[in-house]
Amino acid sequence: MRNPLSDKIVTIKPSGIRKFFDIVSEMEDALSLGVGEPDFDTPWHIRDEGIYSLEKGRTFYTSNAGLKELRVEICNYLKRRFGLEYDPVHEVILTVGGSEAIDIALRAMLNPGDEVIIPQPCFVSYEPCAVLADGVPVIINLKAENEFRLTAQELEEAITDKTKVLVLPFPNNPTGAIMERKDLEAIAEVVIRHDIFVITDEIYAELSYGSERHVSIAELPGMKERTVLINGFSKAYAMTGWRLGYCCAPAVIAEQMLKIHQFAIMCAPTTSQYAAVEAIKNGDVDVERMREEYNQRRRYLMHAFAEMGLPCFEPYGAFYVFPCIREFGLTSDEFATRFLQEEKVAVVPGAAFGDCGEGYLRISYAYSLESLKVAIGRLADFVGRLKAERDRER
Amino acid sequence: MREELLRIIEKNSRIDLKELAVILGVEEIDVANALADLETEGVICGYHTLIDWEKTSLEQVSALIEVRVTPQRGQGFDHIAERIYKYPEVNAVYLISGGYDLLITLEGKSLKEISAFVSDKLAPLESILSTATHFILKKYKDHGTVLSKKHVDQREKITP
Repeated sequence: MRNPLSDKIVTIKPSGIRKFFDIVSEMEDALSLGVGEPDFDTPWHIRDEGIYSLEKGRTFYTSNAGLKELRVEICNYLKRRFGLEYDPVHEVILTVGGSEAIDIALRAMLNPGDEVIIPQPCFVSYEPCAVLADGVPVIINLKAENEFRLTAQELEEAITDKTKVLVLPFPNNPTGAIMERKDLEAIAEVVIRHDIFVITDEIYAELSYGSERHVSIAELPGMKERTVLINGFSKAYAMTGWRLGYCCAPAVIAEQMLKIHQFAIMCAPTTSQYAAVEAIKNGDVDVERMREEYNQRRRYLMHAFAEMGLPCFEPYGAFYVFPCIREFGLTSDEFATRFLQEEKVAVVPGAAFGDCGEGYLRISYAYSLESLKVAIGRLADFVGRLKAERDRER
Repeated sequence: MREELLRIIEKNSRIDLKELAVILGVEEIDVANALADLETEGVICGYHTLIDWEKTSLEQVSALIEVRVTPQRGQGFDHIAERIYKYPEVNAVYLISGGYDLLITLEGKSLKEISAFVSDKLAPLESILSTATHFILKKYKDHGTVLSKKHVDQREKITP
């Protein structure tokens, strides 16, 4: 029989998270600090609208781009939060999570051989999606001493005459890093000077804890026309399972993205879209309440790390912290595996998010403070034990 | 900080000062001062424990009583409300808009005890026009906490 597979897909490695997932699934009593989704239930008024839409028999396809009413509400939201003006008819597409938006944006923009700059550590999808779109990923290894922000110099050094797109993943999964206005201004200057485009994944935009609220690079002068803005409902409104994201792009790009979406997906889930109208219209209070709680947990973790002597830069976004475990002479994979075996707590090795994540762990605080305390107590025990081992060897 | 502090201790009044300081990102002394101020101002009126008596061996019956009253000259509803809330078995007294005036919640050992309270103590009070007593059969949720079900984390243990 002939080989049924495409060479391209075979070369792509499965997500580094997968292996760990399989181990943890076997351990029923394991605690986890390994999830990338909110612990809150979707607020009831939002779920209620989803249920109501089903009762009313709204069980058909929507238009390819999504419900008009929802696109209008998304534009209203972007206007009131970021001062961004998008045309709901030609510039907004509802997608199956932010993930689909990443895929169709890259496919709509890349020609074979075009380089895509991807700062790592980052979410696991950009690199394989770029490869699937015939692009060439160019990785920037972000540095802890810059709090894992992307600097203009790092970008400048990565740009070649083949560079087409920069992926900008902030607030960042897995590091929790953010980019403030001044950081983005420096990036925008380089982007415009080299005439490249930006795909900015702002799925964690609402989960930002610094004194400055999240800034979108699309807000900066000259940037909106060269930016694909990706956001969604999963993280802000605790709606991961509804699979609903969106992207906003200049009409010339959105038109082509819509073609891929139309042929591959048809439209985002209808029930989710009705629920999302309620979320974006009346969900600000819920977002505020959840952000407040995440921030309390974030402060608790920073304090706990300081007490156990685990170095960690203070992250101001998403719901992750990214402590450094280099001092123990274990890889992040070894650390996470031993921690799981000895203390029955799952964390994700930093290396799952790119080579430069080696030496770090992603710890999620999408857990109640009570659960965090138990798991972090075990981490403190484990770290204490490793330190004692190390000191004995000296 | 005050509102955030109140939201935290409304759910967990046992949380200690040190932990409050950590999660609020302030000093312990600031938390202590804020709590003292809130107590002095009467914003914090007490530190209670939410108990599901159903799960104990104690026999306990709760009732809601709707009361219609004639307000008294010069005192409105306050005087009659006070007469009612002074009974220790009365849990709460609210002035209500709509079809009746006062809503009382009451706890007793038995239906008989609550009936006796209504017929012997409440109904005979002057200015009370009528009462309607509703016995509570089951508490699903109280003070924002769901009593009947335990929350189970249904997420996959590791996700990107």
